[in-house]
Amino acid sequence: MSLAISSPHRTRGERVGQVMRMVIYCTAPGMATLMAFFGWGSLFQVWLCILACVVGEAVVLSLRGRDPRHELKDCSAILTGLLLGLCLPPYAPWWIAISGSLFAIVVAKQLYGGLGMNPFNPAMVGYVFLLISFPIAMTSWTPPLALSATPPGLIDSIMLIATGNTWDGQSLQTLRAGIDGFTMATPLDHLRTDIAQGQMISEVVNQQVFGAFAGFGWEWVNLAFLIGGGVLLQQKIISWHIPIGLLTGLFGSALIFYVWNPDVYASPMFHLLTGGSMLGAFFIATDPVTACTSARGRWYYGLGIGVLVYVIRTFGGYPDAIAFAVLLLNLAAPTIDHYTVPRAYGQPSRKILAPVPSGTAPRSTADSATASRTQNKDPAS
Amino acid sequence: MSRQLFGFPGGIVLDDHKDRAAENPIEWLPLPPLLVLPLKQHAGLPAIPVVTEGQRVHYGQLLAKPAAGRSAGVHAPADGEISFIGLHPVPDDSNQYQPCIGICTDETGAHEEEELVDDVCLSDDDLRERIAQAGIVGLGGAGFPSAQKLTETPVKWLIINGAECEPYISCDDRLMQERAPAIIEGVQILARLLKPELVLFAIEDNKPAAITAVAEACHETNIELVVIPTKYPSGAQKQLIQNLLGFEIPRGKHSVDLGVVMYNTGTCYAIARAIAHSEPLLRRIVTVTGDAVDRPGNYDVAIGTPIEYVLQSAGLNPNKLRRVIMGGPIMGIALNELSAPVSKLTNCLIAAGPDELDETLAPRPCIRCGDCMEVCPASLLPQQLFWHIESEQHEKAAALDLAVCIECGACAYVCPSQIPLVQYYRHGKAVLRQQQQERLAAQQAKARFDAREQRLQQKQQQRAQRKLAAAPALTEPEPVTVAAVVVTKNDAEIDASKPVIAQHNDRLADVLAAAQRAKAKKQQTDATPPESSS
Repeated sequence: MSLAISSPHRTRGERVGQVMRMVIYCTAPGMATLMAFFGWGSLFQVWLCILACVVGEAVVLSLRGRDPRHELKDCSAILTGLLLGLCLPPYAPWWIAISGSLFAIVVAKQLYGGLGMNPFNPAMVGYVFLLISFPIAMTSWTPPLALSATPPGLIDSIMLIATGNTWDGQSLQTLRAGIDGFTMATPLDHLRTDIAQGQMISEVVNQQVFGAFAGFGWEWVNLAFLIGGGVLLQQKIISWHIPIGLLTGLFGSALIFYVWNPDVYASPMFHLLTGGSMLGAFFIATDPVTACTSARGRWYYGLGIGVLVYVIRTFGGYPDAIAFAVLLLNLAAPTIDHYTVPRAYGQPSRKILAPVPSGTAPRSTADSATASRTQNKDPAS
Repeated sequence: MSRQLFGFPGGIVLDDHKDRAAENPIEWLPLPPLLVLPLKQHAGLPAIPVVTEGQRVHYGQLLAKPAAGRSAGVHAPADGEISFIGLHPVPDDSNQYQPCIGICTDETGAHEEEELVDDVCLSDDDLRERIAQAGIVGLGGAGFPSAQKLTETPVKWLIINGAECEPYISCDDRLMQERAPAIIEGVQILARLLKPELVLFAIEDNKPAAITAVAEACHETNIELVVIPTKYPSGAQKQLIQNLLGFEIPRGKHSVDLGVVMYNTGTCYAIARAIAHSEPLLRRIVTVTGDAVDRPGNYDVAIGTPIEYVLQSAGLNPNKLRRVIMGGPIMGIALNELSAPVSKLTNCLIAAGPDELDETLAPRPCIRCGDCMEVCPASLLPQQLFWHIESEQHEKAAALDLAVCIECGACAYVCPSQIPLVQYYRHGKAVLRQQQQERLAAQQAKARFDAREQRLQQKQQQRAQRKLAAAPALTEPEPVTVAAVVVTKNDAEIDASKPVIAQHNDRLADVLAAAQRAKAKKQQTDATPPESSS
């Protein structure tokens, strides 16, 4: 088809870059709080990740014969790097950030066809790639600065990330010790391991890493991300369906178990304000490319992630539930879309589409091309 | 004014840019030397010319009579001579040449008002006849012949559409401000013919002056003025009905099936003129605006006036001109040829300067943000439709109710990736329409073929029966059949162009003769074994 001059002749303008930049700015409160509680580490992780993402995307775009200068302006690579960087332990070694970012951009995004074509959230794919490949480095969170026996300074932070040791030769493992000399894990980790050892919630939350509601520091980080998310909602950059659905799903499941047995299951507030709950709800699950499209679909999508986050955190093997829950629901998004087509004007009732040959509603040309390729290759057919 | 509104889903709030043109009173535009009247200024087939080249025509004379279907007549807006009947550029989304009638005008166009006719003394049938003969079509843009909406069965709701929701356009606004009594007169004629239970006059709340004028004119009538919020596309027929009455028009039905008839304000004015002044539709109000004209405003323009002439009269600055849009910036058409004339459907001309309209940019990939879905007044999933049409899977787009799309362009307006969504939908609809036509053609061809086969078979049977009746001596049918097959096969090889069955019939006599010969031969050679004879 031709693309002649066509109506509308006046639009709101190209805003992909603007939308992405807005999301980037809105992470600022969360980012600042994270640094206030956990030191400079996150800043360098974010820098490293953004650098790797942008360079990786530029290289792949050049290889694909696209114009990197034009396409990088959409700022999506920067956002991917930023989100991945925020999820990484602040003092993880530099190659963690680099390899995770490259995997996210090259494999999870560009190999699927670039912006708009990837079925999975690239930052989360990168994160899960790292988590599965380098589990020790990825779960080595340092305690909040206030609880740390030797809080690292600016130079020490750079040294730690670059070489694995501080200026005076301390390793990350020694830094991970709290003031009383015990190795500190994140509140979610503590909860999991201590509950598994038969302790009660009331005993577990008496430890230092726990604050008023959730983890010490973590509750403020989450509240800060909630503020940024609120701005996104107010600016209509994201719709409320996914974040509210996610928080409802998480809160609801936590409430059921908490009411049933508050000795073993953490309170709903703990779940809302710990780990990556708010970052996930407002910044990660809302990635439009990989989420559902219709309003109802988005609500179910968010709800599904929320429930899965609770299930994985409470019963699963990893404490990092957001990444897995988001990826699993990314997988389910086409199916949810398929069953949540809104009733169009003048149509008798909401309809469920007839099954389509490729199994799911195609999300892109790349998808349908893949589908037809696999169909052709199948020797049984 | 306190009527409850039901709203409609989606929609966008736009900068209306109406002030520049709406400030000035309607200005009467003198006649150009040449008027060009397209024969198709309405929804249906082109009108049929009833004049010849070189013929002198007079003000108001019928130039072309309506064809069958949704067609309307075309009248001469001025005295003059028919200079040509032939193809000429028209302001149409096809941007193609179409049949037109050209008139060399030889007068200034100032006409004395015809004597006023009091519609009270006219019968309903007279009124209908006059409206039908005046060549009036819906001036809101759809171009549906107005007379055809005047059903004999009484309707429940008569809605007058003064919403005018697209940016830049202010012709209805100005018309309502200045000529509200005439509009209301037209509405009352319509109300008399349609006998509705309720007459609603809807205006968007960004036109306070028009609201005041109409409210004043409506005073002591049974017309109810409804002020609706400014939101695009609240003036679209389906959305306005949904907003005012709270129901949707089911797919495949027309609003009149549900007892709703809607007229544009300009149409009501034209109807009033047609009745009171016996004047066919000869002129209309056109908003001329944009950065490239010095005197933006609303002009009372003779239909057929070349757009170039209109723009020049409004002080066109050619150096500034980048693009001319007919209609609004959201749904309007970019014109290639400025020699195209103002038609009955030309409500607005935007002579856009630099930076006024968007340049066509290379669209970025869809990020599935869903903004398009949120603004869609038809509750469609625009991005899914886009994916399907882009990958040429038109059936899937059809399954997602592509046909419901009203092409309002709200989705493309908000798209952060600047994807020309409406163009994709038009393409998808065109492909589906073509496929539908091909299917229909194939079905018809098959039906014709089957009917022909049946006909030929019947003929063959009839002939065979006649032959059998004519040859009572023949009693053994078996050898006939065998021989017939053999003969047919041979003949088919000789003359393939003749239908086999026809040959079959023609040869039946020969076959019968051959069979009789064979029978005689068999009787002669009775002693020989049957194998050798075959």
